Amino acid sequence: MTKLSGAEMVIRSLQDEGVEYLFGYPGGAVLHIYDALFQQDKVQHILVRHEQAAAHAADGYARATGRPGTCLVTSGPGATNTITGIATAYMDSIPLVVISGQVASEFIGEDAFQETDMIGCSRPIVKHSFLIKHPSEIPGAIKKAFHIATTGRPGPVVVDIPKDMTAPNEQFEYKYPQTVKMRSYNPTARGHAGQIKRAADVLVKAKRPIIYAGGGVIQGNACEQLRELARLLGYPVTNTLMGLGAFPGTDHQFVGMLGMHGTYEANMIMHHADVVIGLGARFDDRVTNDTSKFCPSAKIIHVDIDPSSISKTIDTNIPIVGPVDTVISDLIGVINDKHLKPDAAALEAWWKQIEEWRQHHGLHFDEVEGEAIKPQRVIRALHKVTRGQAYVTSDVGQHQMFAAQHYAFDEPRRWINSGGLGTMGFGLPAAMGVQFAFPDAAVACVTGEGSIQMCIQELSTCLQYKLPIKIINLNNQSLGMVRQWQDMQYGGRHSESYMESLPDFVKLAEAYGHIGIKVTDLKDLEPALEEAFTRYKDRLVFLDIYVDRSEHVYPMHIKGGSMRDMWLSKTERT
Amino acid sequence: MRHIISILMENEPGALSRVIGLFSQRGYNIESLSVAPTEDKTLSRLTLATFGPDKVIEQITKQLNKLIDVVKVMDLSEGALIERELMLIKIKAHGDHREEIKRSSDIFRGQIVDVTASIYTVQLTGTSQKLDAFIDAVGHINVLEVVRSGVSSIARGEKVLAV
Repeated sequence: MTKLSGAEMVIRSLQDEGVEYLFGYPGGAVLHIYDALFQQDKVQHILVRHEQAAAHAADGYARATGRPGTCLVTSGPGATNTITGIATAYMDSIPLVVISGQVASEFIGEDAFQETDMIGCSRPIVKHSFLIKHPSEIPGAIKKAFHIATTGRPGPVVVDIPKDMTAPNEQFEYKYPQTVKMRSYNPTARGHAGQIKRAADVLVKAKRPIIYAGGGVIQGNACEQLRELARLLGYPVTNTLMGLGAFPGTDHQFVGMLGMHGTYEANMIMHHADVVIGLGARFDDRVTNDTSKFCPSAKIIHVDIDPSSISKTIDTNIPIVGPVDTVISDLIGVINDKHLKPDAAALEAWWKQIEEWRQHHGLHFDEVEGEAIKPQRVIRALHKVTRGQAYVTSDVGQHQMFAAQHYAFDEPRRWINSGGLGTMGFGLPAAMGVQFAFPDAAVACVTGEGSIQMCIQELSTCLQYKLPIKIINLNNQSLGMVRQWQDMQYGGRHSESYMESLPDFVKLAEAYGHIGIKVTDLKDLEPALEEAFTRYKDRLVFLDIYVDRSEHVYPMHIKGGSMRDMWLSKTERT
Repeated sequence: MRHIISILMENEPGALSRVIGLFSQRGYNIESLSVAPTEDKTLSRLTLATFGPDKVIEQITKQLNKLIDVVKVMDLSEGALIERELMLIKIKAHGDHREEIKRSSDIFRGQIVDVTASIYTVQLTGTSQKLDAFIDAVGHINVLEVVRSGVSSIARGEKVLAV
């Protein structure tokens, strides 16, 4: 049997787990591990410029590939800097393993240099965490960490390793476990057959149905099953912000995103539906609007791997706990075996109604020639230039909603954004993770001048690893979404939502060794994008695009209303 | 409504903080809590008295089940149960009053476990409600100190919470 030091065991475990990239930043408590890392070449370490970016990059990698992301950081500030990234992954159920150094065991609790109780700090935002008490525990803990992070409802797991556990002069027998057995953790493997039969009956009898699919369909690799179910039934499909791409954005059966900034038709369908089947979605407050007025006439079928998601905010008529892929397959099986057919006449009438709703708003925006570029136009141009094939990461705010609404994602794992936590600063490091996973793919980071400055230091990482990310900066010189709420709810008092003293982003990009292009005129927009994606295909290009400052995101739910209560423009409401 | 929830969890450092953290982070109530290892030293049994609407109680049990260290959760209030709490209480006891405290203690089947010239220390077990009633009976004004164990509970009949 091989004998290894704790530090070597950490790296060997990552190798045996098949980890390609380890995003991290060295420091005192992890120096032994970094030394072990140096003496191998299977796991490639990516040196970020701030630990928050390590977590986001690993997260972006995980979202794009479906494989877990991995980080290595030091104790104290190194560990706490990952907190925002861990919380981001937790809220969106992303598999992440964060290995943090800790001060040596004998110093724990003594307020030692760079000591933080990382297990305590991260406790509310991790799926689980491990504190290593003996070097021999390392392989088992890392195996369990990956197992827990990737199974059931995925999520981040922290492994905190005191420095003395990795001492190079003490060696122990190393064996990486092949399997994990935990009496306290056994995620549901199959949905309840009886419930699935009931769901099939209710589903085919529906007169006004809607399939409401969330990020769980993507995380649970159930997009094929979703598409098959939708085709079989011919029902309209809406995706949540996290679910975009689960069902093709350009498909006729797709009615757009739902929720606060969902399409008019998606929200109207939800409100008038008699059957809603929620698949890997969690009926969160950005979807439902006022829960007491949510889908007043609908029977609700809810499929989720996490029992606590069911009936948390909205009471469910038919709950099904299980992996969404097998549950949908079983559902299709029941429909086929029993030769169940949807109500064709009712469905025809329903689609007629849906088409009317579609015509009503259609993500309309007013464009006047010669005036400022509309942010929506930028996203549509991006879609055109990249032929809808790009990986698009985003930060948080108006640009995120415009991207979600106007870049029709046909494939899953192409739209990478912080939906649950709403983390500004996520976009650029997440794009790095995506670009590492797919070096030849077009990766665009749609951002704003507020968000991009929250992790701007990563431009340096992008230079080091020659990542040809295209940064699409929708520059409205203000914190657009804050400003929009101030316009709508605070009498137009723009408290601190104006960005003064913006850097010259072109020069900034150049200072980091990249290419910067400023766009202020609509006629230059597409050529600039073309140039970025073709001529500068292998370079990072920072497109600083000045857009209309006064533009708002519509539709927008009216607070305290039902799904159908929306502002459709600055002056028109439902 | 008040519920008594029993939890079997791994007897590992940090497990208790995960349970308690869950309650504070999600805004659930804890009325009382008691925890100790079981006959199987790898397991701890935690008994928690809480209150809230049914929807919240349902979320509490689901969220507890999600914790990796938690092996099993049972809402004992769903069936018949035996509930016990231990209280040690120091009461002023002098003059005529001394006899009255003794009588009250007997009525409640308490035991006087320590005596000074002016104080009785009474040990009492029962439901939380019974312990409350005893404090009311001797009068809050006479109570010098109270220590309660928190509720321990077990289901009646065949129902067993074990691995």
